[in-house]
Amino acid sequence: MSEMNKKTYVRSHEPIFWGLFGAGGMLTAFLTPVMILITGLLIPLGIIDQGNFNYQTLHGFATTWYGAGIILVLIALPLWHTLHRIFHALHDLGVKRGRDLQQVLSYGFAFAVTVFVFTLLLQMS
Amino acid sequence: MTQPSMKIDIQRYRPEMDEKPFMQTFEVPYKADMSVLEALQYIKDHLDSTISFRWSCRMAICGSCGLMVDGVPKLGCKAFLRDYYPQTLTLKPLANFPIERDLVAVMDDFIKKLEEIKPYIIPAKTASNEKKCLSDGAYKQTPEQMEKYKKYSMCINCGLCYSACPQYALDKKFTGPAALALLARYNRDSRDAGKAERMKIVNQEEGVWGCTFVGYCSVVCPKGVDPAGAIQLLKVESSKDYLIGMFKPEQ
Repeated sequence: MSEMNKKTYVRSHEPIFWGLFGAGGMLTAFLTPVMILITGLLIPLGIIDQGNFNYQTLHGFATTWYGAGIILVLIALPLWHTLHRIFHALHDLGVKRGRDLQQVLSYGFAFAVTVFVFTLLLQMS
Repeated sequence: MTQPSMKIDIQRYRPEMDEKPFMQTFEVPYKADMSVLEALQYIKDHLDSTISFRWSCRMAICGSCGLMVDGVPKLGCKAFLRDYYPQTLTLKPLANFPIERDLVAVMDDFIKKLEEIKPYIIPAKTASNEKKCLSDGAYKQTPEQMEKYKKYSMCINCGLCYSACPQYALDKKFTGPAALALLARYNRDSRDAGKAERMKIVNQEEGVWGCTFVGYCSVVCPKGVDPAGAIQLLKVESSKDYLIGMFKPEQ
């Protein structure tokens, strides 16, 4: 028992990344098929009028605060999901070298793109 | 009519004389209602008395006879020859554990982890800082309160989930499916007050965060415990605990 009491427990920061991973996964699972359906099938087949998706309309959408928010979430969260998965897949594949670097590169990329998209949307409005 | 027979390949390892494990083939009489454990007992009684394997209850209660049946972790008493006949069956000791002898695996690491999660009810202290006395009456529980943990209390500590877990295979520091499922079982029990102590184990990298939700543990579990589901619920608990910890450090 004395050995057990001495043990120090280190809290993991995984909840942050798991939260982003989970949210991104939900979005990807539910919304990506819808977006593919709209842009890949319904518009080319002429079921949805292409005019609704021209540059001016979409630019107008992206410059509203809610439109910008939706676009940011739709790009950022699935990206955090993807890079979290890649980071863990590297462990699963037995790539043991440089776990810290792998983590910085994975989450750093997701963070950088998130900031990039955020700035881009801010500039547009 | 001659009795049909079935070939069984068994991995042998006798540490005092074998440098490394090797396969040995036995031929046993085939009966449709014969379990893998019964086949092993036939071999020990009639063909080779030196073969070693663990067993006790013969009815999926004791959790002793876990082994790899054609590469899948199963209880010997719950796997039947009829599901493999007429192919040759391959038996190996439980994966991800060291081998003690033949089909006997060393389960020490799992038992150590099981002890660490405090798999017993830790009662709340009363106002006078004493434990509730027996004469104070029973701890009552509603059916709903019982339903919250009952599924996770069915574990028989057979270790099949540890053999199935690819994360445990990669990193033996991972607390693992059965220990975490039992941790969830006690944390979810309304009579228990040890949640804060156990969350320290849960919150670690080698706690729930070592799991990537492969889910094979729940597939192989012979008692329907669903350790993967328990771990996912614990991840939610750990995330809540993380948020609280940000505002209330060293709680």
